Amino acid sequence: MTEAVAGSTIDVPREAPDARSRKRHRLSTRIWHWVNLWAVVVLFMSGLNISNAHPYLYWGQWGFAPEQAWLAVPRFPGWMTIPDYYSLSAARDWHFLAAWVFSLGLLAMWIAMLANRHFWQDLRTRPEEWRSKAIARDIVQHLKLNFDHGAGKYNFLQKLAYGLVLGVLLPGMILTGIAISPGMEPAFGWMVDLMGGRQSARSFHFLFAWGIFAFFVVHVLLVLLSGPIGQMRAMIFGGKEP
Amino acid sequence: MNDFGRTGRRGVLAGMSALFLSACSKVGETQAGKALLKGAQTWHKYANRAIAGREALVPEYPRSAISPFFRGNGSTDPQNGDYQQQAAAGFADWCLEVRGMVDRPMSLDMDQIRALPQRTQVTRHDCVEGWSAIGEWTGPQLSTILDAAGVREGAQFVVFRCADNLGGSDYYESVDMIDAYHPQTIVAHLLNGEPLPIRNGAPLRMRVEKHVGYKHAKYLTAIELVDTLDGIGDGGGGYWEDRAGYQWYAGM
Repeated sequence: MTEAVAGSTIDVPREAPDARSRKRHRLSTRIWHWVNLWAVVVLFMSGLNISNAHPYLYWGQWGFAPEQAWLAVPRFPGWMTIPDYYSLSAARDWHFLAAWVFSLGLLAMWIAMLANRHFWQDLRTRPEEWRSKAIARDIVQHLKLNFDHGAGKYNFLQKLAYGLVLGVLLPGMILTGIAISPGMEPAFGWMVDLMGGRQSARSFHFLFAWGIFAFFVVHVLLVLLSGPIGQMRAMIFGGKEP
Repeated sequence: MNDFGRTGRRGVLAGMSALFLSACSKVGETQAGKALLKGAQTWHKYANRAIAGREALVPEYPRSAISPFFRGNGSTDPQNGDYQQQAAAGFADWCLEVRGMVDRPMSLDMDQIRALPQRTQVTRHDCVEGWSAIGEWTGPQLSTILDAAGVREGAQFVVFRCADNLGGSDYYESVDMIDAYHPQTIVAHLLNGEPLPIRNGAPLRMRVEKHVGYKHAKYLTAIELVDTLDGIGDGGGGYWEDRAGYQWYAGM
């Protein structure tokens, strides 16, 4: 990587690297990663049970009949749902419990990422990475399954994916979830309108959930392709910076 | 990929999911697990009230936003007791009883209810299952009726008694005093300017706008002030709460 632009800073650690910063993944990242995995899996699987209660999605403020729906959602089988039989009340119990873990966890992670400069140093994209040539090269390297990142911790596509998930999809789940809660309506009615209405917010909640599912599949696949033992060890024990 | 590979992979996925699911249901069956799962609704109640405020109103819409039809759910045509007779007579003899921990128990007929100060609100109804409909509701605020009856000190909940019987149990619901006194909590007798249709709870139903649908008790016969929900139904505070474990605080 070349840092030839005048005045641009090269991201070398400012203080002498201590034992913690030499880890490949910080403790806060690792704790959040596994807690969040539990929360997202419970939210997703209980969400599929909730979806079975009324498997139609609408745009706008209201919608109650299949002919108004933009999508008739397939029924999800028991092995995909929490609990493993249809129970809207039990699914909602799990969903609301996991929602607290998920929301407070994400909030803590964002505070940690900003405080320990993880976001600034590792996840922020640089202007030079947005050049089409650089993006094309990054895509080619991914297709060749070449996971050598060079100087940076993450390459452009990784930063983009993590940024999209951490900055858009995960917070989006919380905001759309709040928007479909009638008890939050007095405080966030304007947000519901911004999303195009309560049923639109419900549709976005559903679409974002599948967006996170898609990220999950690709993420696990790339872990498997890039040396699962080492990656798992690094995500559990921290690993060593190369 | 051949069929065996596909079934094999599906089998592994289903197996992993089964392990996770059985772990979840084990946790859900323990006392601590149940307390944790049920506790989340209380945190939601505090969060809702801390963030939105106790008296803050849900959005009200212009009449042009009213949806073309207002779906009925649960009981849509009660067959028990004398409901059908009352319906045939246009609910001329329908009475709303106010009882329990009040200084002046009373029985209001439909004319008396229509003579009270009225509130009209165009609001969105969100069913727990996920659908929504918008309607214009008219009726006296519950607070007007409660103040007329004189709520005694120590009353904690308002129980709504209903005429419909589903699967052998009478429908009932309850809210705490904060939601009972919310300005948009009304005893509705009109929908879109017309007497309530039977599928929407004729002749009287509750509107408790910050909650999902099952809180909005239909076919209302009595309002009962109590200090505890123990001994009312199975003690869960409502028909669906008792029968199927639904959340008593239904603001989410």
